[in-house]
Amino acid sequence: MTLLQIRKLDRSFQTGKSVMKALERIDLSVNKGEFITVIGPSGCGKSTLLKIIAGLDTRHEGAVMLDNQKVSGPSIDKGFIFQEPRLFPWLTVEKNIAANLPLKEKETKEKVSELIKLVRLEGFENAYPKELSGGMAQRVSIARALLRNPKVLLLDEPFGALDAFTRSHMQEVLLDIWEKNRTTMIFVTHDIDEAIYLASRVVIMNPRPGTIREVIPIELPHPRRKTDSAFQKIRQRVLSEFEKVEENEQSEAFQ
Amino acid sequence: MSDQTGVLTTANLDRKQRRKESAVKTKNRKKPPLSHRVRGLALPFFILVIWEIAGAYGLISATLLPRPSEIFIAFKDLIRTGELFTHFKISLLRAITGFLLGGGLGLLAGLAVGFSSKTEQTLDPTLQMLRTIPSLAVIPLFILWFGFGELSKILLISKSAFFPLYVNAFLGIRGVDSKLFDVAKILEFSKWKQITKLILPAALPNILLGLRLSLGAAWLALVAAELMGSSEGIGYLIMDARQFSQTSVVFVGIIIFAVFGKASDSLVRYFEKRLLKWRDSFIG
Repeated sequence: MTLLQIRKLDRSFQTGKSVMKALERIDLSVNKGEFITVIGPSGCGKSTLLKIIAGLDTRHEGAVMLDNQKVSGPSIDKGFIFQEPRLFPWLTVEKNIAANLPLKEKETKEKVSELIKLVRLEGFENAYPKELSGGMAQRVSIARALLRNPKVLLLDEPFGALDAFTRSHMQEVLLDIWEKNRTTMIFVTHDIDEAIYLASRVVIMNPRPGTIREVIPIELPHPRRKTDSAFQKIRQRVLSEFEKVEENEQSEAFQ
Repeated sequence: MSDQTGVLTTANLDRKQRRKESAVKTKNRKKPPLSHRVRGLALPFFILVIWEIAGAYGLISATLLPRPSEIFIAFKDLIRTGELFTHFKISLLRAITGFLLGGGLGLLAGLAVGFSSKTEQTLDPTLQMLRTIPSLAVIPLFILWFGFGELSKILLISKSAFFPLYVNAFLGIRGVDSKLFDVAKILEFSKWKQITKLILPAALPNILLGLRLSLGAAWLALVAAELMGSSEGIGYLIMDARQFSQTSVVFVGIIIFAVFGKASDSLVRYFEKRLLKWRDSFIG
């Protein structure tokens, strides 16, 4: 069942007198429960694409439909995880997750403590953000988005600032959430291993103007191992696509 | 799986370690070693002793610099007759009324200007212009308009207390991280929740700083107001004692001003500590 549909999406930025095309003719449909990763070199518009889906950027041409309704602005239907956790520093973990919802209500309280368990933060309910590590803080922001039962969770290089060790732990946590809740995920990254490890489909993007080059379905069963030969094969394929992207760039630069 | 538990336990260890560290820190903070406190008190104590001895041997004039023991006796006398309490009460009342009026209006104006750029455009230029007028310069005008009574004093204190809170509340609101506004939009905060859950808590450090500065300004203005002519209050006590060369009473008045200025500041700092414990900043 199609959850998200993007058709003929164009987005350009005006810098002074020149117009820069950030995204050109993007077509993509995402099924319910899919885990999509979007990968591409910097400047390919992958974050812009995510912001448009979130409704944070509305100055574009073409249509973005979520559940057959046009996306016109940000809402809790589209949970968004930024690169940095963006927690409210004056609220404890528990209150950050609840944010504008009343923790006094039994239902909210229960759901919050369930989510704290899901993101493995038991014992930290009353900690302030300054007391958390980067990975823990990012898990709080994931729980905060999940509390609102989003139709889709959009993640913009959420683990980019974390060290390799914490990063692989976070990938486990995210896959665990995906398997338990079947939340549809769109995950932007520039890490090839991460993209293949998590995704049901990997979307590879070209830069200047940002277009979709290739969509590769990943049919490996979970849990995946990054050292498996099947994994490596897909990795080679994605890498070769990337090399083509670079060649194009260079030949364009020569012209 | 193994690496997850690894992360968790290191995280736990980390936390325990940090708790321990912070426990040690707070211990140190609450109870500085005795030698430190003794060192801090040694100098004032030494000065007081020299002062007392020099006074007792007549090395310094009793009218210019009465001995500490004489100041203490004057203090006791003033308490015994109830004079000190009457004067103190009226001074405190003036300071509090003026502070509440001026500080309250300053906070409201700062919030209004902070929330809306239209209000800023209409109100801020005028207020900034008024801000640069020294309080002492408007005293003659206030006396002409409102006489020597309570009103002119309270208004002078209000004028001084208005601006620190106004400027800082405005600054605090405009300083809210725009990245958190994006979060509020995505989480569908209502307008009201945006104010109560995002803007006010984020602006609180600045508002509390404004509160402290306003209190200090109100205290200063109180002294100026009472010295400009009054028949009650600690400022009057000082002026009256000066006319009769009762220097020890002048000292008592000054000490009272100092102690209560410090006390009101400490009160706000106490609230600052409690309300802003979430802040992650350099503590020296």
